[in-house]
Amino acid sequence: MLKLTDLVVLRDEARLFQPLNATLEAGGCVELLGPNGSGKSTLLRTMIGLHDQYEGTYECPDCFYQGHKLGLDDLMNPIENLEWFLGLEGSSFDEDSARKALARVNMVEYALVPCSRMSQGQKRRVSMVRWILSKRLAWILDEPFTLLDATGVRLVNELIQEKCEAGGLVVCATHLPLQVQEKKSIQLEALSGSQV
Amino acid sequence: MGSVWVREWRAVVRNRSAIINPVAFVFLGVLLFNLGSRSYEESFDGSALGMLWVLVLIANLLALDSTFRRDFESGLLEQIFVSAEVPFLILFLKVLMQWMTTGFLISLLSPLLALLMGVPYELLGNTFVALLIGTPTLSFLGAIGASLTVGMGRGGALLALLVLPLYIPVLIFGVDVSQSQSIALTEISSLYWLFFISLASLTLAPFAILLGLKISLAMD
Repeated sequence: MLKLTDLVVLRDEARLFQPLNATLEAGGCVELLGPNGSGKSTLLRTMIGLHDQYEGTYECPDCFYQGHKLGLDDLMNPIENLEWFLGLEGSSFDEDSARKALARVNMVEYALVPCSRMSQGQKRRVSMVRWILSKRLAWILDEPFTLLDATGVRLVNELIQEKCEAGGLVVCATHLPLQVQEKKSIQLEALSGSQV
Repeated sequence: MGSVWVREWRAVVRNRSAIINPVAFVFLGVLLFNLGSRSYEESFDGSALGMLWVLVLIANLLALDSTFRRDFESGLLEQIFVSAEVPFLILFLKVLMQWMTTGFLISLLSPLLALLMGVPYELLGNTFVALLIGTPTLSFLGAIGASLTVGMGRGGALLALLVLPLYIPVLIFGVDVSQSQSIALTEISSLYWLFFISLASLTLAPFAILLGLKISLAMD
């Protein structure tokens, strides 16, 4: 369960938005909207513990985080990257399910190609495989639609929908509204009221 | 944990310049030192050993910046802090690998390097042992500096200013051990100190590195 209580994120000691209150049960999905610079990314980084200047409290379950930096090693191929990531998470890795997940994002023929030879959009797709394979309850996604083509955007929406149906929890900062059945929206506006 | 080891190993093997550059630098430095110094006199005065140690320090310093930079820029470091159960061990591994490609490799080649510098045969063993014990300290103390400057673009000069003063004790005791006539622990107190500094930095520095990287990530 995700719970934010009077949470304000600070950047250089300035408050980025009005105190935020929100709760999200398992199976829920919340989209975080707001103009550039309103503090979406910083809020997400706070929730996963990478940003430590904030006021208020938050509770966040074990989560998987996808930031602007993809977290893929250019010297490794997707399979090796996935093996590393799952080892990091402490989940087991098997190549079949990795290939199946790669097929899902339409990248299976690149399974053994070093990531340095891929386009930015292709790398994005490979990074999406990690969402699929991650065993964590929550996904924290920072602008997942960046650089993706139309089918990629559809795929992201499908994956989020499936995650919610499977009892997961998704928090997603985005400029493009999510196309999922049930969602909450949090609108971040610089120093004006923001409630769920 | 195994897959994390494998990845660190692959990252080193596939990034060959990281292995070759420090060693090539030391060899070039030895060459330049020999070209620049006057021809050797009959007696060996020990300055060559000091020079060799300084070259090793600088070679390590040059390789330091890349310890975390690639991982930081590609976002792997974020993933380590968010997803890993024990980031500590992974960071320890990373620094250990950095040592393998710099200090360890140079230590293995040190007999050859020392001979090229005109160091007498009797001191080759001591030089090897001193480098082997002393160089992990360089990597681990240096990684503290690297963890703090990794978020600042090219922090090369700042890194040198931060780290070189920390290297002074290693240099002093390392050169002392290299020049001693015996390697028995009972006869050279410097060896004790070198061991002490090395073990202390191996056990304590990772905590500082962890904090340094957290600060760098929070500023990102």
